[in-house]
Amino acid sequence: MKKFTKTHEWVEVEGKIATIGITEHAAEELGDVTFVELPEEGKEVKKGEALCAVESVKSASDVYSPVSGKVIEVNTELDASPEIINEDAEGKGWIVKLELSDESELDGLLTEEEYKNSL
Amino acid sequence: MKLIFEKSKEGRTAFSLPKLDVPEMKIEIEDELLRKEAPNLPQVNELEVVRHYNELERKNHSVDSGFYPLGSCTMKYNPMLNEEMANLFNYIHPYLEEEHVQGALELMYNLQNYLGEITGMDAVTLQPAAGAHGELTGMLIVRKYIEDNGFTNKTKVILPDSAHGTNPASAKMAGFDVVEVKSGADGRVDLEEFKKVMDDTVAAIMLTNPNTLGLFEKDILEIARLAHEHNALLYYDGANLNAIMGKVRPGDMGFDIVHLNLHKTFSTPHGMGGPGSGPVGVKAKLKDYLPKPIVDINEEGKYFFNYDIPKSCGRLRTFYGNFSVMVRAYTYILMMGKEGLKFASEMAVLNANYLRKRLEKEFDIAYDEVCKHEFVIDGSFLKEYGVKTLDFAKRLLDYGIHPPTIYFPLIVHEAMMIEPTETESKEELDNFVEVMHKILEEAKTDPEILKEAPRNTPVRRLNETIANKQLKLRG
Repeated sequence: MKKFTKTHEWVEVEGKIATIGITEHAAEELGDVTFVELPEEGKEVKKGEALCAVESVKSASDVYSPVSGKVIEVNTELDASPEIINEDAEGKGWIVKLELSDESELDGLLTEEEYKNSL
Repeated sequence: MKLIFEKSKEGRTAFSLPKLDVPEMKIEIEDELLRKEAPNLPQVNELEVVRHYNELERKNHSVDSGFYPLGSCTMKYNPMLNEEMANLFNYIHPYLEEEHVQGALELMYNLQNYLGEITGMDAVTLQPAAGAHGELTGMLIVRKYIEDNGFTNKTKVILPDSAHGTNPASAKMAGFDVVEVKSGADGRVDLEEFKKVMDDTVAAIMLTNPNTLGLFEKDILEIARLAHEHNALLYYDGANLNAIMGKVRPGDMGFDIVHLNLHKTFSTPHGMGGPGSGPVGVKAKLKDYLPKPIVDINEEGKYFFNYDIPKSCGRLRTFYGNFSVMVRAYTYILMMGKEGLKFASEMAVLNANYLRKRLEKEFDIAYDEVCKHEFVIDGSFLKEYGVKTLDFAKRLLDYGIHPPTIYFPLIVHEAMMIEPTETESKEELDNFVEVMHKILEEAKTDPEILKEAPRNTPVRRLNETIANKQLKLRG
């Protein structure tokens, strides 16, 4: 089940692995994405810290990590085709996979319904 | 339209040299320095050159060809007299001896003083080549100031979330960490939020006043007091000085450093790559950190380049800055005079408010109150008709109007930032209002027209993703 943040990221957890991206709403607001600055694999991030940056024709925005953990995989397809984020933000447009360090952090995140209501 | 290279015909030139009537000389040049083949220049005659550039000019939109309300950028009319004056200096060279260019030096010396007087600063450098370069200069001065005073714990620069994007970039480039402070409900710096981040580790606060929403930062004196209490410097991004010129001075508001964009406030051309000019002024306590040289006058009344600034932050540009731009700004200041500059600001503010009032019924104005020289429309309401600010802006092109700045400032969704400038007539402003209403009507009845816009321009809508990703900088 996906969880969401007020800063427009989504996270989906399978076991200890969290897949993270930006929400469809965020992609829509950003407009055409032109560049995704992917983090290094192995990078440690804390919840709420800048994980990477997404640049669109309108602006450059930080993506904040919804949870703490270590980057174990990045979506390298975004290097050549950042537009995947506009086409399928909450699916093929995932940005990183993290190895979770504290599962309890998920509890503080929004459900899909709560997120939609917050828009 | 063909590129000028495509018009090239082998052997064709736009000039002919007279026959050699002196003995031919051989000059010894090292072989490795000699060009092996002729440079790849277009081979065209003079008329072809003239027609080519005339055609390019006709395809372009400029403030000389139509209304250009590009907020934040201030597409101010550039008086023809400026050009005439700049041409007077066509034949001087930066390597000339000081005694041979006393007039040029006098002009620079006076301009330093005039800009100091207008901004309330004690010393000014004309060296930076553009506004953002001025920002970097200012931040390097901040760095010198903290080094010189031993404020080693000062690592941060505070700026509001409505700041120009160049501000955080300049601070970062000078090695500072950037701290963003949120705007309050009135679109201005939230004093309580500001207090939370203001401490002894702050080196400087960068502000634009009026800010990018066209609103005056009313708490500026309190912000200055708090900054100085913590030995932090207050930096004025002069992008919007054109709204308050002659009315109130950044120096009197408590600012310590000011950069100016001569093209925004003092009617020099928008270079779009140069040449620009971004002079920086400082309070007396910072003048020892200015880039060198600055122009000075000695006891005999002779002007000279003063390199004797031991604590200088260094040289920021070759030679002395973009001199021809300085001539234009100097001309503008002298032609306008003290009262004229004040009047220009008043008219800029009046024109913006006239448009704001005439548009506020049909359009959603962000922070709708008396503004300074610009205001921002929140285009979110257009969603209901299935169009975005971008589509609306593109459609303006079909009516011969350059679109306003869009999607800036970032704190307004679907922002459309309108700045008419002082030189537009009431008829021109009324025409803009009429066009805005016409396009809104189109959005309601036939939104496809907006989505397909522009139709009447030399090129149709560009693919912005490709334009961003695959920059094509050569012909």
